[in-house]
Amino acid sequence: MNKEKELLLQVKNLDVTFGTRSHKFRAVNNVSFDIYKGETFGLVGESGSGKTTIGRAIIRINPVSGGEILYKGERISGRISRKKDKALTRQIQMIFQDPMASLNERAKVDYIVSEGLYSSEHRPSEEERKKAVEQALSDVGLLPEFSSRFPHEFSGGQRQRIGIARALIMQPEFIIADEPISALDVSIRAQVLNLLSRLQKERGLTYLFIAHDLSVMRFITDRIAVIHKGRLVELCNTERLFEAPLHPYTQALLSAIPLPDPVTEKKKKLLVYDPSIHRYEENPPSWTEIEPGHFILANEPELQKYRRQLSQMEQLKQTQ
Amino acid sequence: MDTKQEVILSVKDLEVKFNLRGKILHAIRGVSLDLHKSESLAIVGESGSGKSVFVKSFMGLLDSNGYVSAGRIEYDGKNLAEYTKDKEWRKIRGGEIAMVLQDPMTSLNPLKTVGKQICEALKLHGNMPKSKMKDAAVEILRDVGIPDPEKRFSQYPHEFSGGMRQRVVIAIAVACNPKILICDEPTTALDVTIQAQILHLLKNLKEKYDLTTIYITHDLGVVANVADRIAVMYAGDIVEIGTCEEVFYNPQHPYTWALLSSLPQLGVKGQELFSIKGTPPNLFHQVEGDAFAPRNPQALNIDFAERPPYFEVSPTHKARTWLLDPRAPKVEPPESIRNIRGLKPLLNPEFVKLAAGGASDE
Repeated sequence: MNKEKELLLQVKNLDVTFGTRSHKFRAVNNVSFDIYKGETFGLVGESGSGKTTIGRAIIRINPVSGGEILYKGERISGRISRKKDKALTRQIQMIFQDPMASLNERAKVDYIVSEGLYSSEHRPSEEERKKAVEQALSDVGLLPEFSSRFPHEFSGGQRQRIGIARALIMQPEFIIADEPISALDVSIRAQVLNLLSRLQKERGLTYLFIAHDLSVMRFITDRIAVIHKGRLVELCNTERLFEAPLHPYTQALLSAIPLPDPVTEKKKKLLVYDPSIHRYEENPPSWTEIEPGHFILANEPELQKYRRQLSQMEQLKQTQ
Repeated sequence: MDTKQEVILSVKDLEVKFNLRGKILHAIRGVSLDLHKSESLAIVGESGSGKSVFVKSFMGLLDSNGYVSAGRIEYDGKNLAEYTKDKEWRKIRGGEIAMVLQDPMTSLNPLKTVGKQICEALKLHGNMPKSKMKDAAVEILRDVGIPDPEKRFSQYPHEFSGGMRQRVVIAIAVACNPKILICDEPTTALDVTIQAQILHLLKNLKEKYDLTTIYITHDLGVVANVADRIAVMYAGDIVEIGTCEEVFYNPQHPYTWALLSSLPQLGVKGQELFSIKGTPPNLFHQVEGDAFAPRNPQALNIDFAERPPYFEVSPTHKARTWLLDPRAPKVEPPESIRNIRGLKPLLNPEFVKLAAGGASDE
């Protein structure tokens, strides 16, 4: 089904390790996925699972210790030419989690938004730069007058929009949004999510959307990869993942989402994922495509179980 | 719910003001609330609605430029609103009313072991002999679900994960056997999975220690599981209060509607998510009429002119909105929140049952 879509980013067997030889920590372990042009790809997992590390490896902040990352078919991990590096910095932009911490407190919005332009290969004239700032601010629904203010004069939602404007001004093709709404109030989250979707429609942007909350992912993403302790455990298109979450960790994540219905919620049984249920010592798991577009990390007995589960569900659906 | 429940803390017409650069910020505008013994009350509102300030006034934790300008806070026959000295407050803080703060990263002392910090609380509030303190602290650590508490007792906060740190903060809060536990956004800084576990823990502790709990949060979804009653706060005022079922299934105030509609769990994919337009009112100025009116597209003319009184929906449920006045036109709540009762869980239970059945075949 994805055949006709254009590949934008490929992550192949990515490994990221931190620390020296004696205190090695493998933050990302053999992770592979593809992102197609124009889609929103979700990466979900708990804190410490390595989801941010993957995002940072893609924009070349964290060095890769194994595997490779391809952007439009060209390798962008490891050593690359200076020219390519500059071009990439423009094409791939990032939106950060905490809008309180990610904006320079001592600079005006005008500078914050256009800082990237100063170091780009074609440094614009002062007039062009002003125009670009104005455009970027109005794109995210802020008034152009705001450019002469400081970040502390804005609310959380507005600050996050400044963060988005800063990414947009570089005319990127690919945006990594690292928990862009986790630090915001529920009532403001929707504003930022709607803005991101609108921008995607208008400009054909591709997003890598990193979050820990699956309930938000349901709206914005086309496909979701679930990551646990540096390894992908399940990857599937969003609707199917919510319909048939196979991996016990995905199920635990789903069951943890609070429901705004007191009666159902009080009856709900919380699933807690216990990695020791897997018998992986004698029978190591592999990354398998269990149905078209639905990948899972499992060993052979587990795969059999999952397949049975899927076919039983099909039968159940037909009888209903 | 029985309306004749014993009242443990009673707030009457409380007003809190802050003095900021010569200007007066009216943070709490005449709030009355009875807290029942052994209940769990949730206070819900956006940031800046005054929910934290409200509960901080129960413990004398307002910033130095803030003060209670009118009203009473009655607890145990005393009026806490009159307290000014730290010496007086110390009898209340910790021993009677304890608080769990939002961010477990900043509310622990990084230089002291976790055990020492719990013992500190025990030392200040109990007359426990030193020899027994360690055992008591280990016991509390076990109660809050920290595995291997003997070993954890002598570790430092940086050796704990976020969720475990929040458990330690909770342990310190319950160490001195408070009557009331205030949880100020206890899970906002945590992952969804950890959040569910912490909420579960708080619920269990409430039973075990016979606590009265107050939850403060901006996320209505979080409180469905833990709250008996919900108070919705906006611009320093409680605009709606009722039992958990009443507020979720039969909300009356347009602001409650807006908060519920903005929950991502209720949205439909492909459609634009609901978001509340505009910003909360500036509390430096006098608020005229219903504070939410400027952001409410369906506001009535009277909403801008006169502050609505409380209208009773049921003995336990009241709301401050002119929509409940018999003369008001009928305005229906938005469609997305009308069918909250019987909402389908995101994890299909039938599918999980299949998984369980599949496992037993082997």
